This record gives sequence, structure tokens and C-alpha cells, in this order.
Amino acid sequence: MFSDTTHVIKDTLHIAAGDSVKAGAEDTGWILHHIMDGNYLDFSPFGKIYLPHFELFGIDISITRHTFFMLLSALILIFVLIKASKSYKKSPVPGRFTSAIEVLILFVRDEIAKPNIGHGFEKFVPYLLTCFFFILTGNFLGLVPFSATFTSNIAVTAMLATLTFLAVQIGGVMHNGFFGYFKGLIPHGIPVFLLPIMAVVEILGLFTKPFALAIRLFANMTAGHIVIYALISLIFVLQTLVVAPVSVGMALFIYLLEVLIALLQAYIFTMLSAVFIGLAVHQDH
Amino acid sequence: MHYNLLLAFAMSGGGGEDAGLLGVNIGLAFWTVLTFLLLLLILGKFAWKPILKALDERETNIKSSLEAAERAKEETRKLTDENQKILAQAMEEANKLREESRSQAESIKNDILAEAKKKSDEMLASATHEIEVKKQEALSEIKNQIADISIDIASKILKANVDKEKNKTLIESGLNEIGKN
Repeated sequence: MFSDTTHVIKDTLHIAAGDSVKAGAEDTGWILHHIMDGNYLDFSPFGKIYLPHFELFGIDISITRHTFFMLLSALILIFVLIKASKSYKKSPVPGRFTSAIEVLILFVRDEIAKPNIGHGFEKFVPYLLTCFFFILTGNFLGLVPFSATFTSNIAVTAMLATLTFLAVQIGGVMHNGFFGYFKGLIPHGIPVFLLPIMAVVEILGLFTKPFALAIRLFANMTAGHIVIYALISLIFVLQTLVVAPVSVGMALFIYLLEVLIALLQAYIFTMLSAVFIGLAVHQDH
Repeated sequence: MHYNLLLAFAMSGGGGEDAGLLGVNIGLAFWTVLTFLLLLLILGKFAWKPILKALDERETNIKSSLEAAERAKEETRKLTDENQKILAQAMEEANKLREESRSQAESIKNDILAEAKKKSDEMLASATHEIEVKKQEALSEIKNQIADISIDIASKILKANVDKEKNKTLIESGLNEIGKN
């Protein structure tokens, strides 16, 4: 199933990128170039700002474009949310700014965490909230001109999914005990001869869930941008200005769609994290 | 299996700067984990905790306020009922009292009237009796006086019974004397 997914992604990317060999003279590698990470902030046509290079124990940890916007979104979140939390000290009635934040917080707590995790959901609310706001800010930040979408980087989504995986395992072990948790992974009442197969399947299942999370967020955030770039590049591929209104109009439509997707993917990632945590915590269902 | 595919695609795909679209940049992964965990720590301590606490407090506050309002409403209803009952009772009592006092007044009036009548009757009776007694007294006195005068006249007549002329004047003078009395 997942090899199929990767195939589809690969094909899509090739088609979207115009597969420079087939398309002839046009080099459309610039699309991927824009989507991928780099060691500079791209303000073209006004220029580029190169970012510093770091190494730690021989590992390249230099600040890249995606790292920069990730840190920026973290700072925005800290600033905005601490400002919101301070307003509660002044009065329990939220102001305009705090209400806007509060809606999202209540949504994550009451619509995502509570119904999906159930009893004992309070411990996971901070994680889910951070997850939701981090991805949401990243998605929206990617829609700002001259910025980059760090949530469309597989390294970022893979790490976020890994953290969800860890949260799921820690939640399960904390709630059911170490042996209880792994014993509970295998459903009750299956024939003994199936046990080895089921064990393999269930343990594989543990890893496929976060894998799907990572791929879903990455693919969704990448696809929209690729489509926008492809639509714009139509003008240059067809070498006519006549197509420009169509290209720009459709790109605008995709852009608006991306606004929706930005919110939706943050919701889906958080929602599925909550579902997986809920499954690990309450294994009987 | 997946990993191989990823790797193959990472090598083949894209712009060629580092690894391609599906290549995992270890540095970025490191930054992601670091940023996220720091964010979780900082927001958990300075944002989520106070905000969630405030929200919880507000919710319990609203809940308790609603309950208190409900209780107060119940109490008011009870009090109103009680007031109504007390009012009705008071009205009844007042009516009873009025009725009682009216009947009492009636009886007192009747008593007073009866007594007055009795007293007046008595007074009338005693007055009549007195008048009767006085009348009897006066009558008997008149009778005595008439007898005395008659005897007086008779004796005068007998004494001066000499001539007709003298008799006549005597009677006249006697009668005049009576008339004077």
C-alpha cells in the first residue's frame, strides 16, 4: 500500500516537475528547487540572504530555510500564546485577541482530545495543542510570499510523526503497564496458531500509523505548492501571455484551497495523533 | 522495502542541492525535535497550563453560578408560595376576626338596647306609681279639706241661722272663702 503511495507521489512529482527530459528544452527543476530546503532565504528577484553553517559532531546542523521558518513560527507561537495566557490573569473574560486563540484551544481540547482519548485525556492536551499550533503556524507561514513551508519537508513531518509515535507508546505504557500494553496490542480471542502472525501485523501497525501521518502531511503541503508553481509555469511553457489570466486565476483558486488545507492538515494530524493515543490508552475497544 | 524506494527516489528526484524531495536532512530533523520539544516545554509551562487552568476555572465558575441561580430560583418560588399561604391565612383570620367582632358588637348593642329599654320601663313604672301615689295623696287631702270646710260651713250656718238674709250672706261669704282657697 505504501509503496503504491510513494509511486503515486513519485509520478505526481515527475508530472508536476514536467520531467525535464520529456518536456524538452524547459527546465522545470526550479519547482522542486523552490519547494525544497536550502541554505538561504529566497527573496528573488530582490536577492538572497545566506544562512550560517553549523556542524555538531560532524553532523551538518546548519540553519536552513526551513529551519529558519520553523524557528520563526516557534517564536511567533511563544509570543502570541504567552500574550493570550497573560490576558487571563487580568480577567477571566477573554478579549477579542484571546477569544480567537481560545476557540482553537477549546476545539483541540473538546473536539479532538476529549472524544478520542476519553478518560485521562488531560495529560495529552498540551502535546496535542503544541502539535496543532506548530503545524498550523507552519502551514500558514508557508502561504506568505517569500517564505517556505517547513511542514512540506519530509524530515520535519517524519520527526513530528516520530514524536507522536513516542507519545502513543509512552501513553500506552503509562496507562497499561509495560507488559500489559504489549500484551494488549494483540486482540482477545484469536486462535493460538495465529498469534505469531498477529504479533507481526500489530507491531508493523504501530509503525505504519506514524509513517502515514508523516507522508500525509508532507504530501498535502507539497502538492498544493507544486500545483501553484506548475500553473504559473504554464505561462512560460506555452510561451504566451494569453494563458496568464487562466494560470493566475487557477493558481489563486489553489492558493485559497491551500488555506483550507493548511487548517485541515493541522486538524487531521492532531486528530489522528489523538486517535492513536486513545487506541493505545484504552486497548479494549 | 519502503526505505529503499525512498532512497531511490531521493537520489533520482529533483533539484540536486542535497538529497532530493524525499531525502531526510538530519540537521533539519535535529532542529525539528529540538524546536518542538522546547516549544512543548515553554508553551506547556507558560501558555497551556495557565490558559487551560483559566478555562477550567471559568467553566466551573459558570457551572456553579448556574446551579446557584437555579437554587435561588427554587428558593424564591418556595418563599413566594409560603408568602401566598401566609397571606391567605392572614386574610382568613382577618375575616374571622371581623365576623367575630361584628357579632360581638351586635350582641353588645342588643344588650345595651335591652337594658335601656328595661331601665326606661322601670323608670316609667316607678314614675307612674309615684304619680298614682301622689294623686291618691292629693285626693285624700282634698277630701279631708272638703270635709273640714263642709263641717266649717255647716257649723257657721248652724251658728248664724237667724234670718234668711243673714243665712244668705253667710253662705256667700263661706263660698267666697272656699273660692279664695
